[in-house]
Amino acid sequence: MASKIVNMRVNGRDEALVVSSLTTLQDVLRDKLDYTSVKDGCSQGGCGSCSVIIDGELRLSCLTPVQEVHGSEVTTLEGLNQSNSITALQSQFIEKYAAQCGFCTPGMMVAIKALLDKNPSPSRDEISEALAGNICRCTGYLPIIEAVESVVAEMSGAAGD
Amino acid sequence: MTKLRGTGFAAVNYPTGMHLGGDPTQSLVHATTSGNFVVTMSSVDLGQGLKTILAQIAAEALGVPYETVIVDTGDTDTGPHCTGTFASRTTHRAGNAVIMAATEARKAMLEVAAEKLEVSVEDLETDGQGNIHVVGVEEKSISVAETAGAAHFELGKTISGRGIYLKPPSPMDPDTGESDPDSTQAHACTVADVEVDTETGDVQVLGIKSAYEVGQQVNPELVKGQIVGGAWMGIGHTLQETTAPYYPAIDHAPKDFQSYMMPGAADMCEVECEVLEIASRNGPFGAKGVGEMVTNSPIPAIVNAINNALGVRITQIPVTPEVILRALDEKAANSA
Amino acid sequence: MAVKDLKIVGQPVKLRDLDTHVTGETVFYEDVRVPRLLHLKMHRSSYSHAKLLSIDTSAAQASPGVVLVLTHEDLPGKKVYNALVGAGVGPEDEPILAFDKVRWKGESVAAVIAETPEQADAAAAKVKVEYEELPAVFDVEEALKDGAPNVTAHWPNNHYIYPDDHKGAQVRFGDVEKAFAEADHIVEDSYQTQPIEQAPMETNGCIAVPEGDGRITVYSNTQALQFSLDTAAGILDMPANKLRFVGGTVGGGFGGKVDIMPEPITTLAALRTGRPVKFKYTRDEEMRVSSSRSAWRVYIKDGIMNDGRIIARKVTTYQDSGAYLRFSSYASMKHCGHMPGPYSIPNVWVDSVVVFTNRTPSNAMRGFGVMAGSFALEVQMDKIAETIGMDPWELRLINAYREGDMKSHLKPVEDAGMVETILSAAKLAGKELPANFQNMSSLDRKAG
Ligand code: FES
Ligand code: FES
Repeated sequence: MASKIVNMRVNGRDEALVVSSLTTLQDVLRDKLDYTSVKDGCSQGGCGSCSVIIDGELRLSCLTPVQEVHGSEVTTLEGLNQSNSITALQSQFIEKYAAQCGFCTPGMMVAIKALLDKNPSPSRDEISEALAGNICRCTGYLPIIEAVESVVAEMSGAAGD
Repeated sequence: MTKLRGTGFAAVNYPTGMHLGGDPTQSLVHATTSGNFVVTMSSVDLGQGLKTILAQIAAEALGVPYETVIVDTGDTDTGPHCTGTFASRTTHRAGNAVIMAATEARKAMLEVAAEKLEVSVEDLETDGQGNIHVVGVEEKSISVAETAGAAHFELGKTISGRGIYLKPPSPMDPDTGESDPDSTQAHACTVADVEVDTETGDVQVLGIKSAYEVGQQVNPELVKGQIVGGAWMGIGHTLQETTAPYYPAIDHAPKDFQSYMMPGAADMCEVECEVLEIASRNGPFGAKGVGEMVTNSPIPAIVNAINNALGVRITQIPVTPEVILRALDEKAANSA
Repeated sequence: MAVKDLKIVGQPVKLRDLDTHVTGETVFYEDVRVPRLLHLKMHRSSYSHAKLLSIDTSAAQASPGVVLVLTHEDLPGKKVYNALVGAGVGPEDEPILAFDKVRWKGESVAAVIAETPEQADAAAAKVKVEYEELPAVFDVEEALKDGAPNVTAHWPNNHYIYPDDHKGAQVRFGDVEKAFAEADHIVEDSYQTQPIEQAPMETNGCIAVPEGDGRITVYSNTQALQFSLDTAAGILDMPANKLRFVGGTVGGGFGGKVDIMPEPITTLAALRTGRPVKFKYTRDEEMRVSSSRSAWRVYIKDGIMNDGRIIARKVTTYQDSGAYLRFSSYASMKHCGHMPGPYSIPNVWVDSVVVFTNRTPSNAMRGFGVMAGSFALEVQMDKIAETIGMDPWELRLINAYREGDMKSHLKPVEDAGMVETILSAAKLAGKELPANFQNMSSLDRKAG
C-alpha cells in the first residue's frame, strides 16, 4: 500500500501525516491525533457518530479517505468546544437530558452545529431531517430535538453569535 | 390510496431483579478529609444514569448535599462486587446496597459529631446542607466538613460504611413452578394511535400515551428519558427491527444500519406519560425499576392499534409493510 | 424506609456524565490510549452447520504484521463454556474457538492478532478451514421433530433439559383442562417474534493490557464487570487475582453486552504476546455475530366466562436459543413466571421450551423472556375482548391482579398497581369508563 503525506488543518492546528492510501480520516483523527470525540459506531457510513466538519461541510469521517482532505480544514467537536452556539447547545442538551449513554452525542453536536451554521432557525421538521444520518439508540430523539429547538429560540432572541 | 386510523392499548407488568434472586450488589461509602463522600461500586452505567441516582440515594441516606457525593464505579480492583446491569435490577439492588452503606457511614459521622459537640448521637440530625445540629437547636451545630476533618486528624476514626443487597435465591419447583422469582412488580399501560396506508402497508405511529407505575422515582427526568427512549425502541421493534427478515430462514441478515431498519428522528411521535408511584416494600426509598418495561408496553399497543385500524389480526412482529399487505389480502379473500 | 420528607431522591437532578458527553470528553473503553497496541480479528465459520476437518493457519501466520494466531489448540483452560456455570447452569456447551464442528454461521474459529486492524483482517481471511457441510435446522418446531439435524450432542432432542428431565420450564396451577370444559369461550392463537439486535451505538469490545507484574487490565464495555472477570478467569484457567476489569461507562447495552465474548480471547492474546491487544466488533459482527434477542413462538389457549373472567390459561412457548445455551434457560424460566401476565387466573399451565437451532446464539435484551410474553398476552387480550364482545379496557380491569391474589407460581401479589395504571392511561387517552370501573382499586375487588 502506497504511503502519502497529507497536510491538513485540524481544529486550527496544522498537521502533516504520513498515511497509507486507504486510511480513513476517522482513523487518523481518533488514533493518530487522539481526537476521541470522533466515535466509531459503524465505520460504514450508517450512524453519524464520526461526524466532522470539513471546509464548512458536514461529513462522515469514516467514509472519507484521508487523502481527500489534503489541504482542507477539519473540525471535530474538540475544535468546536469554544464557539457560542455549541456552548448553548451543550447547556440545552444537559437541560433537556438529550443524551443517555452519550456515544452518539459528539456526532449529534457536530451535525447540529453544521445545521445551525447553515440555517440558524430550522423548523422542527428541518431539525429531524438534519438528524436523519445520526442514530441514537437511547433517547428516542425527542429530547435532542427539543434541545435544538431551545437553542434556536434562545439564539433568535439573542443578538447574534 | 386509503389511510386508516386505529387505536390500541396494552397493560403489562414487569419484574424487578434477576429472576429467582441470588444477584447481589455491594457498596462501600467513605468520607474524605473535607467531608465529601465517595461511594465505591463496580456497577456499570449503560447511560441510564446509574451514577446519578446512586449519588442521589447516597446523599439522601447520608443526609449530606448531593454535590458532595462522588460515585466511583467501574473498577474491579477497588469496587466491591455487583452482579451487573440487567434485569431492571440495578436501581433496586445497588440502591439498597448504597442505603445500607450510607446508613452505617452516617452513624459513624454522627458519632464523631456527637463527640465534638458533647451531646448524644440520638439528639443529632443533618440538614442536608452540610451541617449536623442538635434537634431543635440549630445553633448547636458542626459542619460535615469539620466533622470529617476531626475524624481523620483528631480522633483517628473512620467515617465509612459497608452495604450489600441480596435477595436469596429461590429455585423454581420443577413440577409446579413454585418460586419467589422477583422483588417487586412495576406496571405500565400504553395507548397507541396509528395510521396505516393500505396501499403501501406503511404504518405511522401518531402518538403514544402511557401510564407507568414505577414505585418511588429516584429521578423523574431520568424515568421520563427511559419512557421516551423505550417508546421509540418499541416502535422500532413493532414495525421494523429484525436480524432475520425471512425468519426462520437466515438469509438477508442485515450487516449495517442501512439494512437493519430503525425509526429515524422524523418518524418519532409525541410521547405523553403519567407516572404513578406505588412504593415497593423492599425497594430503595420504595423505588421499583423502569429500564426494561418501557419497550414492552408500546409493542402490543401498536399491534392492537394496527389490528383495530384494519380489522385484521396480526400476531407477529415486526409488522412490516409486507405483513400488513398480506393481512389485508387475506381479509379480502375471506370476505369474498 | 418510609417514603417521606425526601430531599434529593425524587428530584430531577442533572445527569452526571452529560457534562463530558456533550464535549466528547467521556472516556469509553476505546478512548483509553495505550502504546504498542495490537489488534485482534476473528476468522469465522462460513457454514451454519459443518464438520471441521482441518484448520490451516500457516498463510495467516506468514501474513504481514501478524504476531499470533490462536485456535482451539492454544486454549490453556476450557474449550467450552457457559457464563452461568457458576450459577449451576450447564452443561457448558459453547466452544470458545470452534473444534470438531461449527454450529452457526459466524462462529469463532481462529483469532488473528496483528499490528494493525487491516493486517489482522487480511490475515484472518487467509485462515484455511476445510468443512464438511451438514444439514442445518432453523425453525424451532422443525428442530424438535424426530430426525431433525442434531445441533449439539449435549441436547439430543435439540431442547434444553430442565431438572427432573423436563422438556421445558413449567408452571402447573389449578386444573386448566377442567376449567376449559367449564368455560363459556375458548380463545386460542399463536404469536411470533423475530430475533432483534440490541444495537448499542458502541459495539462490543475490550482492550487487554499486560501490566508487567503478571496481571492484565481489561478495559471492557461489559454490562457486568465482575461477572466478566470471573468468566474470563474461568475460561482461561487463571487465578482471578491476575485480572482487573475496568469499565462502567458504556455506550449503550440493552442486554447486548453480556455475552463475554471478546474479553477471554483478548486476554489470552495479551498474555501470549505480552502486548496490549484490542478486539472490537465491527458493526457487521455486532449485527450477525453478537447475540440477538431470542425469537419466541407462543401458543396461548384461554378459557373465559361470559362475564369476562379468564378462568384458565395454557401457554406453550418455544424460545429460539440458536446454537448454544447462553442465558436461554434463565429466560424461559423468567418467561414462565411472567406468563399469566398482570392478571389473576385460577388455572394456569405453562411450558416454556428452549430450542436449539443453527442460528446465531441468542441472549439477553431489554425485557428478557418477558417482552415476547407481554406482546403475545396483550394481543391475545384484544382477541378475547372481541370474541366475547366486551370492552377491552373492562376486560383487563376485571382480570387485573389485586394485592394478595395468589400468582400461578404460588407467590402472593405484592406492590400491586395494574388497576391504577390502566385507569390512569384510560384517563390520559380520554377513554370513558363506567363509574364502577373507575372506582376499582388494586387493593380489592369491591368495585366492578
Ligand atoms: S462511524 Fe461513520 S457513520 Fe458510523
Ligand atoms: S445517547 Fe446513547 S446512543 Fe444516543
